[in-house]
Amino acid sequence: MVVIALGVPQVVDQFGLLQLTIFAAMCILALSLGFVWGYGGILCFGQSAFFGLGAYAYAVTAVDLGESTAAAILAVLVPAVFAALLGYFMFYGRLSDVYLGVITLSVTLIFFNLMNSTAGDAYRVGKARLNGFNGMPSLPTLNVPGDPARLLDPTETFYLVMAFLVIVYVGLHVLLASHFGRVVVAIRENEARCELLGYDVRLHKLLVFTIGGGIAGLAGCLFANWGAFVSPNVFSLTMTSQIIIWVIVGGLGTLVGPIIGCLIMQYLATTLGTQQLANTNLIFGIIFLAFVLLVPRGIVPSLRALGARAPGPSRVHDPA
Amino acid sequence: MLSVTDLHARYGRIPILNGICLEVAAGEFVGVLGHNGMGKTTLLKTLMGFVPVQRGRILFDGADVTHEAAYVRARRGLGYVPQGREIFPGLSVRDNLRMGFVGRGAEERVDAIVQTFPRLVPLLNRRGGALSGGEQQLLAIARCLAGNPRLILFDEPTEGIQPSIIEELVAVLQTLHRKQALTIVLVEQNLEFIAELATRVLLIQKGAILRELQPGELRQAGVLSEFIGVDRA
Repeated sequence: MVVIALGVPQVVDQFGLLQLTIFAAMCILALSLGFVWGYGGILCFGQSAFFGLGAYAYAVTAVDLGESTAAAILAVLVPAVFAALLGYFMFYGRLSDVYLGVITLSVTLIFFNLMNSTAGDAYRVGKARLNGFNGMPSLPTLNVPGDPARLLDPTETFYLVMAFLVIVYVGLHVLLASHFGRVVVAIRENEARCELLGYDVRLHKLLVFTIGGGIAGLAGCLFANWGAFVSPNVFSLTMTSQIIIWVIVGGLGTLVGPIIGCLIMQYLATTLGTQQLANTNLIFGIIFLAFVLLVPRGIVPSLRALGARAPGPSRVHDPA
Repeated sequence: MLSVTDLHARYGRIPILNGICLEVAAGEFVGVLGHNGMGKTTLLKTLMGFVPVQRGRILFDGADVTHEAAYVRARRGLGYVPQGREIFPGLSVRDNLRMGFVGRGAEERVDAIVQTFPRLVPLLNRRGGALSGGEQQLLAIARCLAGNPRLILFDEPTEGIQPSIIEELVAVLQTLHRKQALTIVLVEQNLEFIAELATRVLLIQKGAILRELQPGELRQAGVLSEFIGVDRA
């Protein structure tokens, strides 16, 4: 991944580089749900809430401060804290998975409606006008920390986003290989058993949810920075369902799967967006149904199952 | 070590435990016997905190644990080997054992535990789900032991287990009780198994302790017929 990242700017044009930058940012978002759902077993229908909060936290802070470093940090912290608060009420309230899905989806849609109704001069945070459904344009993009005048160019931004993708991937890999990761996977397999072994299941789920929220916020920050624009669409139903489709297509219970699913679907969305023959969302729906019915485990786990012909000790808990 | 007073529990509106009173001293091996549906498993789940207590009190080592979460009770030293084993099928045997130990030093603990379960040594890297029922039972016991419990609650460990493994289970439980001085509460329907291991046996009926028996009495036809519903010529 690192070698590809280093070589890409040498072989693709600026448009391609921008496309790859947004693909990589979305891969981070896919990883956040892949971790929360695929390993934590928490079916979160509202990952876009944290993504959107990250994007807006970045936008508001960057406009107010005219500098991106604190904005980027807040873009991770705000959604992580919000995820911790929301998760506290859900997990310590012993909500079942179905209600958890309903609540996370509802929260996302509340944010969507809330941000859509912030048009007008009254809705501002400091200097930053929220602008309702029109969104916030002309956001300050990422600069070198401590030097607001030195903005990152597209190539540097690409390197930065790829670096974050690698850090998140490796970080989650290390986390899942640790004792904490083993407990998280065990909770997914048998929650009651883990509690009887002495593990605080609610705390572990809360930590997973919070980490996932922070990662989604980072993706939101990179997304807002990429287009220098953020609108309530980051909270939309389309956005939230898109993330779920990426993870289902790539495969649950892997870290590579959500990345591959995200890349494939993002590429398709870009390609299909240039034609007028078929509705893109309709095609996405068909792909989603096809995977649920025909390849329910997703691409990566299915390929692994095909490749695992040689007998030997196997470990399902393979965070890759 | 374990003191249960007037314990009441229910599933919805259906009462299951109706005033259980139970005392278990340190180092004891107590058997609990009863028909299906009499509340044996519910009793263990209530002791572990998975079924809420409606009325009554549970003391463990003098501490009131009646309303504590299950994981807190487990950390206090209350171990539970449930019916159906409930190992983690996707994790290796070694990882299953690691899971039993909360905190650092799991590797050393795993190495120490498998000395008591030599059958598990060649299976350490195998998936838990690939083990036979008997091996899974041994794994469930070993995993519970990894957490250093002082009292273990066993729920029908012989259920669906082949006879050769049952003999091994008897040996393992005797070792735990006699050599490691573990306190054990065993819920069973296998009369020979419970008679061989328990120092005293409690008969449970309709959610209450009906009578206490000595293990030898389990071989008397009258007792079997009257309290357990087993007729033997």
